[in-house]
Amino acid sequence: MENSREGADKMKNRRKTDLIPAVALAGAAVLWELAVRIFQIPGYVLPSPIQVARVLIQERAVLAGHGLVTVGEALAGMGISLALAVALGIAMDCFPLMRRGIYPILVVTQTVPMIVMAPILIIYMGFGIGPKILTVVLMCFFPVAVSFCDGLGQVDEEYVNLVRSYGAGRWKAYRLVKIPASIPALLSGLKVAATYSISGAVVGEWIGAQKGLGYYLIRVKNGYLLDKVFACVAVIIFLSLCMNGLMRLYQHMALPYLKKNTL
Amino acid sequence: MMKLKVENLTFSYEGRKILDQVGFCVKDGEFVSLLGPSGSGKSTILKILTGVLAPQEGRVAADGKEIRGVNQVFAYMPQNDLLFPWKTVLENVCLYGYVHGNLEEARREARENFPVFGLAGYEDKYPSQLSGGMRQRAAFLRTALCRADILLLDEPFGALDVITRGEMQDWLVKMRKRLNRTVILVTHDMDEAIYLSDRILILNGSPAKIGGEIVIEEKDRGREWLYDQGRLRRTIHQYITGGISPDNSKEREDG
Repeated sequence: MENSREGADKMKNRRKTDLIPAVALAGAAVLWELAVRIFQIPGYVLPSPIQVARVLIQERAVLAGHGLVTVGEALAGMGISLALAVALGIAMDCFPLMRRGIYPILVVTQTVPMIVMAPILIIYMGFGIGPKILTVVLMCFFPVAVSFCDGLGQVDEEYVNLVRSYGAGRWKAYRLVKIPASIPALLSGLKVAATYSISGAVVGEWIGAQKGLGYYLIRVKNGYLLDKVFACVAVIIFLSLCMNGLMRLYQHMALPYLKKNTL
Repeated sequence: MMKLKVENLTFSYEGRKILDQVGFCVKDGEFVSLLGPSGSGKSTILKILTGVLAPQEGRVAADGKEIRGVNQVFAYMPQNDLLFPWKTVLENVCLYGYVHGNLEEARREARENFPVFGLAGYEDKYPSQLSGGMRQRAAFLRTALCRADILLLDEPFGALDVITRGEMQDWLVKMRKRLNRTVILVTHDMDEAIYLSDRILILNGSPAKIGGEIVIEEKDRGREWLYDQGRLRRTIHQYITGGISPDNSKEREDG
């Protein structure tokens, strides 16, 4: 009884804390709207939040069409990143020498700005979907690979010894212990990567594309349609948060043991 | 009948000799405790038996056949329960089934044993939802469900509070007949060793060797005696501290 009341109180407090960012955001939007109106800032310099909201409603079909393309590229890039990161993570964990050789290179690749890499990819791969997906891969692979690799490295060796003493071979020890134990770390990386994935696809489209939010963004920017630029940015933020939320939802559903519940 | 024979086990780690010519025998169905202070190499012996560690010298034979590397003769229960937090209690205790591909049979056998191990109703809970004693019982059930002849228990109750520990020891005494297996228990708790074992092997020195052996008679076993802090407890302490050597132990005990 005491516990359930305590739990309800905690939940209530959490809801209150969760509301703080939303309230702050709403406050900033109100200030922005007031500033545009009071100082009579023209729409081509700074559109008001209401103007942006109006464009979002008017252009919803166009934005949804381009958004779908971007989400498709982001999901494909995330899938490839995940597969590569898992394969490379296991390989680096199996062969410490390989880890010592590859890990520093992985870190160095992250120092190259993606805006520099994207045009090179387009030169090599053309204007199709390929370079966009590859841009997403280049942005998402690193956080996923590093967190998974670190997760594998931090597994308590006693667990591995236990299954080995039960007769499990090396691969079975990975399947039964090391990989499941590293899933929370992998998901942490995926949450970061999910947020990057939409931006990655947009960067790829920005350099050269015929559809997608990056392409739309370039088009409206060139026309000085700032309300549409802001609307597009809002969609990009929304989609990035959705991707992150998707990972959180997956974590909630697939890893129920992480929920705190002890006797 | 001799179930296990360990001869001249020598093991070094990072240049430091941990075990020196350790040898002992265990009879079929016997409950033997390896007793010694922390860091004396007790757990190392169990890890060598399971094949997780390889000795530099020595030989291990079960039922007259020499054993090398990971084997199916021993079922190991580690110091910490090592239940997988991502698996339910039922899935955890079926680990042997997961490793050897006979999961259905393992599940059936596990379900049958859940009430005996005081875990009925907790099949689908996660380890984090169990108390310390229940976690240990789940780990014990996982060990008991192995198709191994010899159970190796590495300080199984070491992480529990005194009261739960006592309850678990009582429970293990009751379970002995039902298990009907040869058991080697590693502990640094004299009372636990006396209460549970048929025989105690005492490790001492550095590098460790078997410094003494005490057969526990039925009259010596029991909580009442333990509360008296009796004669055997003093003898074991003398073995560990080197007060008596194995050769003259009989005389000292009699005297």
